[in-house]
Amino acid sequence: MSATTLEFGDAATRTAEMEDVGEKLVLNIGPSHPSTHGVLRLVLELDGEVITKADTDIGYLHRGDEKIAENMTWNQFVPYTDRLDYMAPLANNVAYACAVEKLMGFELPPRAKVTRVICCELARISAHLLGLGAFAMDVGAMTMFLYTFTEREKIYNLIELLTGARFTTSFTRVGGQTRDIPPGFLEGVTEFCAQFPGRLDEFGSMLNRNRIFVDRTKDLGIIPDDVALDFGLTGPNLRGSGNPYDVRRAFPYLDYETYDFEVPVGSTGDCYDRFAVRMEEMRQSVLILRQAVAKMPGGAWQVHDSKNVLPPKDKVLTKMEELIHQFLVVTQGPDAPVGEIYFGAENPKGELGFYLNSRGGGVPHRLKIRAPSFCNLSILNHLLPGHTVSDVPAILGSFDFVMGECDR
Amino acid sequence: MSASLDSATEGLLPGGEKLPDFRGETSWRLERVKIPEQMAALKAKGFTYLVDLTAVDHHGEDPRFEVVYELCDIQRKKHLRIKTRVSEGESVPTVSHIWKTAEWHEREAWDMVGVRFAGHTDLRRILMWDGYPHHPLRKDFPLAGLSTEMPDIAFTAKAPLEGGPFVTNSASLTQDREPRAHPAEERNL
Repeated sequence: MSATTLEFGDAATRTAEMEDVGEKLVLNIGPSHPSTHGVLRLVLELDGEVITKADTDIGYLHRGDEKIAENMTWNQFVPYTDRLDYMAPLANNVAYACAVEKLMGFELPPRAKVTRVICCELARISAHLLGLGAFAMDVGAMTMFLYTFTEREKIYNLIELLTGARFTTSFTRVGGQTRDIPPGFLEGVTEFCAQFPGRLDEFGSMLNRNRIFVDRTKDLGIIPDDVALDFGLTGPNLRGSGNPYDVRRAFPYLDYETYDFEVPVGSTGDCYDRFAVRMEEMRQSVLILRQAVAKMPGGAWQVHDSKNVLPPKDKVLTKMEELIHQFLVVTQGPDAPVGEIYFGAENPKGELGFYLNSRGGGVPHRLKIRAPSFCNLSILNHLLPGHTVSDVPAILGSFDFVMGECDR
Repeated sequence: MSASLDSATEGLLPGGEKLPDFRGETSWRLERVKIPEQMAALKAKGFTYLVDLTAVDHHGEDPRFEVVYELCDIQRKKHLRIKTRVSEGESVPTVSHIWKTAEWHEREAWDMVGVRFAGHTDLRRILMWDGYPHHPLRKDFPLAGLSTEMPDIAFTAKAPLEGGPFVTNSASLTQDREPRAHPAEERNL
């Protein structure tokens, strides 16, 4: 039966072979279920309580971001990147801006780079905190979620100070940011860094030796490192399996090679290792934040290219040249060269990549988003069989995926 | 990012055409039929990580589509882009048996752009629903969408574009093109 001649929409649950098995039960989880973190749908074939076959159904949050991108200028797409991994919008903004700047051939001034590193690491801590809280809640430790949200709130306050928005930040533009860092922001980051490691110890002590949590996550959902790479897993999910691939180390961007930090890896590749890697990554992010605050240079925070980068607002309102440039950049977009690039950034969920194909001018010819959650979830069909239904929330929680970027 | 390949790796790609470097990235265009064999050789040579696989629609050209593979050698920190052209109605040999991650990427490329992958064991739609008749990322698919006659779908009417916040409907554009931001040829700065 080909895909276009189906007579009923819900074909995934009723394949011909299913009608003969009789003994087996088909369980449909999602698309709206608390442990699926959004709109993931799993069709599981069960023999008793053991999963014998799994089919992952995605696409319930598909909004056509790539099509939309082909119909607008480079800068107009920035707000759409907020909605990819909506747990870490700042990191998405930075990854997208860096990708377009690579296409344009811009070299950012030092102040902009350090600002973006702070953005990335704040976003990483915030996303890992949510992933940790939701993971713990899925396996029965409800309290964690409330604790981690207290810390996220502090990060939100910092992000609000920096960008003016708490959630949908849209902070970057091609060639820089919407504005310079405000007074008091660096002090706020320092203050956060001073108290956060203590809180992290507290979180760790609640889970590391929590019998229920450890029993439900240890030796469960084991992924060997070569299998993980074969399925394109990245981020903490790959590093939990022992592979130290981190884009910040392998292909450094934003001068990440000048920061002193460790890349934590797991040993067995089970759910507990993925949790432990995230915990340690938050500590490393704090180290990076401290170094970034300490070395924040002065000077320009935008690329100087008046024809392609939005001019400062005060000049727009007082000078004629800048007014013209502002008008051109806003209506026609930055004038990108003909060519194609791929840029990958280490986001909280893994490698967020942008493949940009430009035929020149202000609009992309093709913009492909390489979403880490999409690749991370592709292993589920092969990983879930053999586990029991009660393992599913633990495995899903340990993957820490976001459907917004999976479905785009 | 390291620019060029060593000669041993280049020797694995007979019949391939090296494209000009751009922003420090190396691209090769390979013949469609040689894709599985040469990709397997590249994987054995160290390109164990298939970062991304996508298809691009060059509407109005022949061959119409281009499939783009982004490969990465994690140990030697090398990036390599492989491209291949394919006409409408033809199919590209699958690489899903070489890298498992290609399974979903190829399903997505089929779903969104409509490039078929020969030998793929499970080439179903992935983001759109089963039985959807169009491929949305083709250039002749309008931004507003096309109505489809499918049962059990709540509505498939076109999206209202007029007055949309980000859509520029320039009077100089002909009607068979969709409303979009100013294309390159209209820039006169």
